Amino acid sequence: MNFLAIDASTEACSVALTFNNQTISEFELAPQSHSLLLLPMIDRLLKQANIKLTQLDGLIFGQGPGSFTGVRIGVGVAQGLAFAADLKVVGVSTLQAMAQQAYSRHQQVEVIATIDARMSEVYAGYYQLNEQGIMEAALQDTVLAPEKLAKYLSEYLTENQQVYGVGTGWDAYKGELEPLKINAGTPEILFPNAEDLLEIGQYYFAKGKAVSAENAQPVYVRDTVSWKKLPGR
Amino acid sequence: MRILGIETSCDETGIAIYDDGEGDLPKGIVAHRLYSQIAVHADYGGVVPELASRDHVRKTIPLIKEVLKEANLTPADLDGVAYTAGPGLVGALLVGCSIGRSLAYGWGLPAVPVHHMEGHLLAPMLEENVPEFPFVALLVSGGHTMLVRVDGIGRYELLGESVDDAAGEAFDKTAKLLGLDYPGGPALSKMAEQGTKGRFKLPRPMTDRPGLNFSFSGLKTAAGTVIRKEIALQKAQGNEGMDEQTHADVAYAFQEAVVDTLAIKCRRALQQCQLKRLVIAGGVSANTSLREKLAEITKKLGGEVFYPRPEFCTDNGAMIAYAGLQRLKAGTDADLSFKATPRWPLDTLSAV
Repeated sequence: MNFLAIDASTEACSVALTFNNQTISEFELAPQSHSLLLLPMIDRLLKQANIKLTQLDGLIFGQGPGSFTGVRIGVGVAQGLAFAADLKVVGVSTLQAMAQQAYSRHQQVEVIATIDARMSEVYAGYYQLNEQGIMEAALQDTVLAPEKLAKYLSEYLTENQQVYGVGTGWDAYKGELEPLKINAGTPEILFPNAEDLLEIGQYYFAKGKAVSAENAQPVYVRDTVSWKKLPGR
Repeated sequence: MRILGIETSCDETGIAIYDDGEGDLPKGIVAHRLYSQIAVHADYGGVVPELASRDHVRKTIPLIKEVLKEANLTPADLDGVAYTAGPGLVGALLVGCSIGRSLAYGWGLPAVPVHHMEGHLLAPMLEENVPEFPFVALLVSGGHTMLVRVDGIGRYELLGESVDDAAGEAFDKTAKLLGLDYPGGPALSKMAEQGTKGRFKLPRPMTDRPGLNFSFSGLKTAAGTVIRKEIALQKAQGNEGMDEQTHADVAYAFQEAVVDTLAIKCRRALQQCQLKRLVIAGGVSANTSLREKLAEITKKLGGEVFYPRPEFCTDNGAMIAYAGLQRLKAGTDADLSFKATPRWPLDTLSAV
């Protein structure tokens, strides 16, 4: 099976391709430059593998949460490629992708992934390993104040329980989050990587969760922010 | 040749297919679709950029499917994909750029980034009565007010522009002061139809000095002052506020002032360039009063005014497809790296 995964949701931009049981990928930290990087990265990988878009069995994209604009660049490219090559798509949470990375690199089976959501909030996801080796959401991805996350965790975790932290949220709100009994300090995994999207996405393809190009949509998690309706609306 | 055009620079998602008539189809727009987000933004009193981007990413592919279906064409029948790359709201532009550029890559077709204002400028070319080069164009919308000398495609000389608010923006803001929903410009014009000439007199900004620049924010303020004064007067008489007729009279005076100002500058521009053909485009060019006034002044100069049909005055995919095809024929095929250019001076475009 051949699958392509792309993600532009955070400061990182990454693409991964699996074909003939091989995986190749590119990853770059490049804030604000995703629109310049994404298609050339995809083109290089397809050329390296010597396969065409139409030979793919599906496309996997990072659906967010993350930078609204970045998420939409990834989704827009996923829509365009999938519609052009008549491919089915699967969207994967960026928080889940980081949790999966914690499992594949560090064999962690319970992970709290956070992304700095600015405006004194973090995107947060709580993931646990399932029997198929996929980190699955134990709670729905959410956006909340770091104090709230800290309070929730301190109530939830028993004295000696360890929960592994990944993502930029931990560093951004050190004051609030560091006192927690987690792999305190700086997490090693800070950004989602398309390689992990590839693994999760294929799992969902196998479960029949794929949709058509136009249904490739962002999951912003934060749905109301700085815009205010007129009085009475 | 046939091209798909994608427009997502502000609050309308526009998709169209244009054919140059050199193949088996007649020349012109084969199919087009527009989704206006007005209802989304009306509750907020103006365009909320993030909401605009969210809507574009939902609507673009479904509209492309509809347009292909209506045109009875498949992607294999296309020769290129054009998309607005600027100027406009960066997040909104990036939706069209990412989808458009990726579609072109996936279909193996050339990709053509289009300048939104060039699209507007060339929109009259979609009509039967096509202006010959050179001409003077007045681009007047919610985002822009500019006079441009056009000597050919890509040969643009900026003659003047608004130093503050765009004319359409002033229309919408004044409409808001009159209690009309966003975007209130067209509703203000409707209201003005019942207005009395001469009851209120508003200034014709920057017409008393040479030059072709505009300024409309002071005019909006002047209208606001009249409205406040009238409300105070009515309240002193024990009434709730301005009556319907006063609303209409203010609307009339405001529209008259904008139209007069635009007309004075258009005449000046035509005389300065020694040209007789005037093109008007952009959302405000659908304004009937403006069309009548410009027809009058061009007639006096022995010239003619050209404009697109009303649905191609506001943002649309058809003008992007048309402008894109001209650029495609000149050999444009954009790099795989795409970018949106929110600020992009019209006179930096290359000539075709």
